[in-house]
Amino acid sequence: MSEEAREMVKERVSGRPEIFVREWFADYLWDLFCPGCQTPVVARMIAEALEELGIGDEAIMVGCVGCSGILIGGFDLDRVSPAHGRGPDVATAIKRIYPDNIVFTVQGDGDCIAIGASSFIGALSRSEKITIIMVNNTNFGTTGGQLGPTTIVGQVTTTSPQGRNPGEEGYPVHTAEMAATFKGVAYSARGALLTPADYRRTKGYIKTAFQRQLDNVGTGFVEVITACPTNWHLTPVQSLAWIRDNVIPEFPLGEFRNVTYID
Amino acid sequence: MAERILTEGNEAVGWGAITAGCQCFFGYPITPQNEIIEFLSREMPKRGGIFLQSQCETATINMLFGAAAAGVRAMTSTSSPGWGLMQEGMSNLAAARLPCVVVLVQRVGPGVQRLTHSQQDYNSATRGGGGGGYRTIVLAPATVQETHDLMQLAFYLADKYRNPVVVLSDGLMGHVVEPLELKTVEFGPLPEKDWAVADRGKHEDGKHRAIGASYNPLKGESFVSYLVDMRETYQEIEASEVRYEEYRTEDAALVLVAYGYCARVAEEAVDMARAEGLKAGLLRPITLWPFPNQAIRDKAAKGCRFLVVEDSMGQMVDDVKIAVEGKAEVHLVDATFRHLASEDGMIMPAKVLEEIRRLL
Repeated sequence: MSEEAREMVKERVSGRPEIFVREWFADYLWDLFCPGCQTPVVARMIAEALEELGIGDEAIMVGCVGCSGILIGGFDLDRVSPAHGRGPDVATAIKRIYPDNIVFTVQGDGDCIAIGASSFIGALSRSEKITIIMVNNTNFGTTGGQLGPTTIVGQVTTTSPQGRNPGEEGYPVHTAEMAATFKGVAYSARGALLTPADYRRTKGYIKTAFQRQLDNVGTGFVEVITACPTNWHLTPVQSLAWIRDNVIPEFPLGEFRNVTYID
Repeated sequence: MAERILTEGNEAVGWGAITAGCQCFFGYPITPQNEIIEFLSREMPKRGGIFLQSQCETATINMLFGAAAAGVRAMTSTSSPGWGLMQEGMSNLAAARLPCVVVLVQRVGPGVQRLTHSQQDYNSATRGGGGGGYRTIVLAPATVQETHDLMQLAFYLADKYRNPVVVLSDGLMGHVVEPLELKTVEFGPLPEKDWAVADRGKHEDGKHRAIGASYNPLKGESFVSYLVDMRETYQEIEASEVRYEEYRTEDAALVLVAYGYCARVAEEAVDMARAEGLKAGLLRPITLWPFPNQAIRDKAAKGCRFLVVEDSMGQMVDDVKIAVEGKAEVHLVDATFRHLASEDGMIMPAKVLEEIRRLL
């Protein structure tokens, strides 16, 4: 990336909420994420949501392992990096110790619903008053683009070279819809980041999920579909078109559960 | 005068934790440690503490990670198969230098096997059973009272060194019923946990805290400096925290080495041998890591021979061999000496005595 382009990105990132991005993170953004990756966009969205709710730097963040795990370094919050998939367990303990704090996890789809499925379901089943944000890029990004629990049928990955075949690999997991079936879940939604309107809507989902935690209603879950141009072997612009044509038809956007009390 | 009650080893774990001011307990049912989680499910909420039953031991150990990161005294307990599931978490706790206590009530292994006692997790407890190479302090009680007291020591040492501490019990130690004096053991002052995640992220220096299971280049650490720091902590523990007890060793020609329930058995065997004029004694490690190498080495230098009594196929015996540096004979009474060739069997004093007679 040219110096000029670096300065441009840094400038954009720097017009940020105070808690995002820390100085060094802005400097290294292009070393940490691939061009066209939308994971840092999720970070900014979370930071804006926290600021707009007036809970600025008071929240406690729990990270993950994978591309979304890189995000944790960008937040100027108290934060804990757990083992792969175990964010909801770690967040459970912290929330029970500090019940008045906003505690949230940011996890990839592999972290959340492959290796961490039991932790995720455990937290939902106990109605933990935490917020779980899952970044769904339909593959294991950091390790080089392997088949993930959310890989689309027919999608080529490094471990499904012929494309995901339901006969062998089953079907993509619909995490937001599944979370909505838990009585202890106050909020479950899925958003994307194809347009500025998507950005605003998805940020709204995250704010609502945080609000349900503030109101002590139940677990909040938001799935965000993001582009992974490097592992999809597409340009950033092609990636957005691929999300529109292939991912969103599989994973419809919207709210699947939204309650203000659980009887 | 502290209250005296009659109770079993597992409940003594709970009493010890409460006396130590443990604020958080996470558990999952597994025999033979169920009395611990049942006891604490009753007692923790009464005292404003947190009790939480998790969905599996993998979750438990990671909840412990969260609680320790929040800077409170927290613990879990489990038995051997659950201990296996916790190893990744143990490695992370050690790597993140998070103080916490894990009680391991050993049962018969390897694999699922049966639900009774054994001493087959010595290696995984003392060597760091998870990935990467780390150490945990391991305390081995031999009575109900000692279980209670070592629980308090465990929390103190965990906080002092910012390291996980394992209390290594077993199905027998967990269920033996003895008198227990509910006394508070006093230790020295401890440093503030200003490294921990705080309520609403508020810290005196205005800076936020980051906790993770790796070195942190932002704090000026390199991978090697991180390893060196860790080694220095371990060396300090080895220099300062070795604990053991000796019994009739002054003139002993054969020193038995045993921990936990086998130490009780060995002690009785020593008395039986002494009654026959055989010069046997007992060295009982209380800390399994750090191991009392020097005490054993000194005895080897004086010409003592050693008989290890442990209810496994031989694990601690390796540490005794390391300690004697080839300068003394090391013999072993192992799980094959059980009086019944079943999971219910145990090593009886009479069997140990036979071996003492053979060697002296």
